[in-house]
Order: sequence, then C-alpha cells, then structure tokens
Amino acid sequence: MKQVLGISAYLAVKEIWRNRARFLLVSLVIALITLLVLFIAALGEGLGNGNREYISKLDAQLIAYQAKSDFLISASRLDRDRLASIRRVAGVQDVGMLGTANANIILPGGGEPLKAALLGIEPGHVGEPPIVQGRPLSTKLADEVIIDRSTALRSGLQVGDPLRIRVTQGTRDEFYELRVVGISDGQQYALQPSIFVPFFTWEQVRPKSEAEVNSGNDPVGNVILIKVKDPAQAESVSQRISAQVNNIEIATIAAAIQALPGYSAQQSTLNTQGGFTLFIGLLVIGGFFQIQILQKVAQIGVLKAIGTTNTIVAATFIIQISLVTLIGVAIGGLLSFLFSLTFPPTVPIVFNGTTSAIAIAALLLIGPLGGLVSIRYAVRIEPLKALGLSI
Amino acid sequence: MKNTSYSIETRSIIKTYQSDFGVIQAVDDVSLQVSPGEFVALVGPSGSGKTTMLSILAALLKPTSGSILLDGQDISAMSETERVALRREKIGFTFQANNLLPYLTAVENVELMLRLNNKLDKAGSLRAQELLARLGLGQRLNNLTGQLSGGQQQRVAIARALIHNPSLVLADEPTANLDTKRAYQVVETFAGLIHEQNRAGIMVTHDLRMCEFVDRVLQMRDGKLVAMYNDRKSIMKLVNSRAGD
Repeated sequence: MKQVLGISAYLAVKEIWRNRARFLLVSLVIALITLLVLFIAALGEGLGNGNREYISKLDAQLIAYQAKSDFLISASRLDRDRLASIRRVAGVQDVGMLGTANANIILPGGGEPLKAALLGIEPGHVGEPPIVQGRPLSTKLADEVIIDRSTALRSGLQVGDPLRIRVTQGTRDEFYELRVVGISDGQQYALQPSIFVPFFTWEQVRPKSEAEVNSGNDPVGNVILIKVKDPAQAESVSQRISAQVNNIEIATIAAAIQALPGYSAQQSTLNTQGGFTLFIGLLVIGGFFQIQILQKVAQIGVLKAIGTTNTIVAATFIIQISLVTLIGVAIGGLLSFLFSLTFPPTVPIVFNGTTSAIAIAALLLIGPLGGLVSIRYAVRIEPLKALGLSI
Repeated sequence: MKNTSYSIETRSIIKTYQSDFGVIQAVDDVSLQVSPGEFVALVGPSGSGKTTMLSILAALLKPTSGSILLDGQDISAMSETERVALRREKIGFTFQANNLLPYLTAVENVELMLRLNNKLDKAGSLRAQELLARLGLGQRLNNLTGQLSGGQQQRVAIARALIHNPSLVLADEPTANLDTKRAYQVVETFAGLIHEQNRAGIMVTHDLRMCEFVDRVLQMRDGKLVAMYNDRKSIMKLVNSRAGD
C-alpha cells in the first residue's frame, strides 16, 4: 500500500508540477466556486443570524404565543395574567414578557435615523440580554435602554449617552429620550439592530394606533419567554402549560426560529443556491478531468502495458484531483477571508466556523466525486486499444 | 514438458476473433522459441497477425488456445493480476509512438520501471543514467520528452525497456516514425544491448531493412509462420530484397 501511494503521489505531483499552469487554472476555477459557496453560506448565516440572533441566544427553552397566532410573534398578544399563570406551572423556573416593535433612533451626529427593533423585556428576567459593558436595566419603568453591539457599531452610542427615538403614535410622531445603561453582545431581531427597554417603558414608547393611544387597557406583550428548571423536561413542562393556561400555544426555541417570518424560505433559497453552486463545481471538475483523461488514453495505455496496476492509475487520479481541489479551496478560502475584511458591518455576511467548515468539506468532497467518472474511465482503458495494438 | 533454455516459447498458439463477418483467425498455430541473447524480427504484411502475436507474447492478450512459457512459466494460464505483475517484472516494451510520459524527464521515464518494481535506489538511478549515456543521451538526462527528437525518445524507451533486467524485450515498430539514419541507429543500439545483456528480444517491423541487425527473422502471413531465416546470408538476402511486405 505504501508503495502504491508512493508511486501514485510521485506521478500525480510530477504531472501537476510540470503542467502547473493548466492545473492552476482549474484550481482557480475551484477557488472562484469556493468563493461563491462560502459567500452564499456566509450570506445565509448573516441573514439567518440577523433574523434569529436574539431568539437563538435566549436563555429560555419555550415560547408561549397567543393561540392560533401561527407562532408569529407579531401576530400574538398575551396579557400579564397569562404571564402569572405560566409562572405558577410546575417545572417553570422563570418567565418574561416580550414586546416587539420598531423605532427610529435619532443619531447624535444627525443623518438618516437608524431603524432598530424596539424590544420590551422584564428587567432581571429571562429575555434580558447579557451585558458586556455597563449594567442591566434597573426597574420596569426606568427610562433606560440596553443597546446591542450591532446598534452600538452603527450608531456610535456609548454607555451613558442619551438615546432619542422617534415612533408614530396615532397620527403623530413622538420623540422619547432614554439613557444607554448597557451594551449587550449581538442581539439582532428581524434583521435589525436591537434596543431593549423595560416592558412598561416599552408600552409607553412603542408605536401605537389611534385606538391604542386612546384606550386605557392593561399593557399586553407579544409572547412570553419561559425558562424551565430542567431543560431535559421542556417537553413535559410545555404540555403542562398548555393544559393549565388557556388560549396559548407553545413552541420550542428551534420551532420558534423556523416560524420567524421568511426565515425558512430565506434559508432554503440560499441552501439551494449553495447546492447548485456545488453541483456546478462537480460538473466543472468532472468535465476537466474527463477531458484530461481523454487526452491521456495512450499514456495510460503505456503505463498499464508496462505493468502499472489499476490501483496505481486510480490512486494517481484521486491524488491529483484532491490536490487540485485542495489548492483551489485554499485559494478560495483565503480570497473569501480577504474580501470579508472589506465589508462594512451593515452587510449581513457572517463567516461562521461550522457553516464555513461544512461548505469547505463539501467543496473538498466534490473534487473526488466529480472525478469519479473519469477515474472509472481511466481504470477501464485497455492498453491494447490505447496503444493501437488491437485488430 | 518445459524447455527452460528458452526465454520465451510458444506452443501452437491460436487466436480467433468474432467479427461481423464471422470468425477471424488472427494467429493460426504459431510455435516459436527465443533464447536469451537472441534478437528476432517478426515480419509480415498488414493483417498477417504479427501485432496480435506480439500482444500475446506481451501478456496483453490471451490466446484462444496454446501455451506461452516465459522463463518456464505458462503465462496463458495466469490471472490478470499475475499478468500485470509479469509485464512489470519480466518484460520490457518499446512501442511505435506515445512511448514515454511527457511530464517526466528522460531519466525519470527510465527510473519509472525501477519504481514500479520497488527497486529504485541510488545504484539503480546511477544505472539508468549510465544506460542513457551509453545511448548517447548523457546530456539529455533531465530533458522532458517533448524536448527530445523522435530518435532520442525511442532510445529513452529502449533504456526503459532494459533497465529492470527483463527476460524478454518486445518492440513494436520501433522505427516507424524515424528517418532511415535514425532508424538504423536505434535498431543497431537495441540489438547491441540485447546481445550484451543476454535478453531475448522480439521486434515487430514492416521495414525489412531493419532485419540487418537481428539473429533470426520469422515471417508471418495470414496468421501463420510461413518462413524462418536464421543464417546471416539468407537474412541479408531478405534485407536486400525488401520484399517482406
């Protein structure tokens, strides 16, 4: 086996080296395919992340929605009575109301207001993001705000700065001034940077219809975030909550992410694009090596006639294809990294280690896969026919 | 019964093919023997069966019936794997064209046979260089084959055919793409090395002038061996007649 690999590697490397311009050209094509696949993966990750980041980082296992809301956060309305009811269910450790809305942040230096997700949360309860700078929210009514890293990057706001938001309430634009008390890590929601305010503050400052402005109803949030005592028992706790609290439906975090508006469609579109790009790569590599082999039928015939085994012939091609693919993927990976450094934070491109590793593994696999047909062809070459010795 | 004094011996070789026009008898009851140090030419017109016979001797093609003994081993009964190993270890080849791997240098092409037989060491590498130098390619060792002339390429192929000390050396029209002067040089060198290294050599050629350097000429027609010339006088008469085709 060692001898087979030794000879195969020798022949493969010699041929690549002595025809380096031709093989480099194929590696560059693979590099471009790599660039495309990695960017599609990064775009998928970036868009997906922008949609789900806050939800996926929640220290909660379940989310309660209003019944028949189809697990759409914006379509769900839940009052505080239900919050209290859920809190009492056995197995529930903590609950937090979440209210979602949009607001325009008036930037200190002027310019176009920054659109952000305005999220109302319960200070000290599940739903409040971990703080990386500053402090958490103090009370349910404080005029305080936590901004996520994305908002901080785009607005330039720091802890202690005043933050002015503009919202539409009824038919009027209202301005509210809050104070930044903390900065969290990235917590984007609905493809927007997020700002977090105490729930009752949120109720005051959120956009409202004319009817809401004039009504004196108790505040309602959108969904209730639930942290269970034992995450392994989340399913049974979910069933207990459904049995004990009326007019709600429960989803796990994973199900809630899939139900985010457009999330599944967006991810499947990008995955399909990535898949097709890989498929094109497969055809390009397969086509190149098939042409290579067609041009080398006589050479392969000579090799076989002088006693080279099919194992060596096949191993030589596999090593060649793998090397060319490896070089292409390495160049593509490097180019992707260099390009990624040039993108501003507003572009939703995130090079996630796992996603990139999966994309790279798939790219490395398409080389040998694409070459399978040509390897099979090479192995079946008859030395007699290749050398023109057959009658 | 084995006669081990021959390097190669065939007994009543028959090769038939099925074609659209019925059964074709490409080789018809051919028996021949070649001893170590003997260089034999197999001549005949197109379709006489000489190339098929060479393919059978090279263990590239199985005969329909008959046996072939190489160093006393019956190769007609061998499996494909055994035949591949036999070609690698005991047979040396030169072909009409496309002999060499274009991405290897002259010396690398020769060393390839030693690599395949797991015998490449410093001494082997030196031997390859010396052999090429003897063939007049001492200054061309590290040239890629594309940088060599047709005659030089054939000489590299001869070195490759001999470097691993095979029992049998086969050459299929080795002068087909060469001018007369180069052709004579190549065959003369080839014959000299076969005699010197005591190998059995068989050359298929349609060019009767090249028979000047061989010890015996076997003439084929319609799949049969029809004549044998084994003395210098009759060989030279054949060479001068140029009537083999």
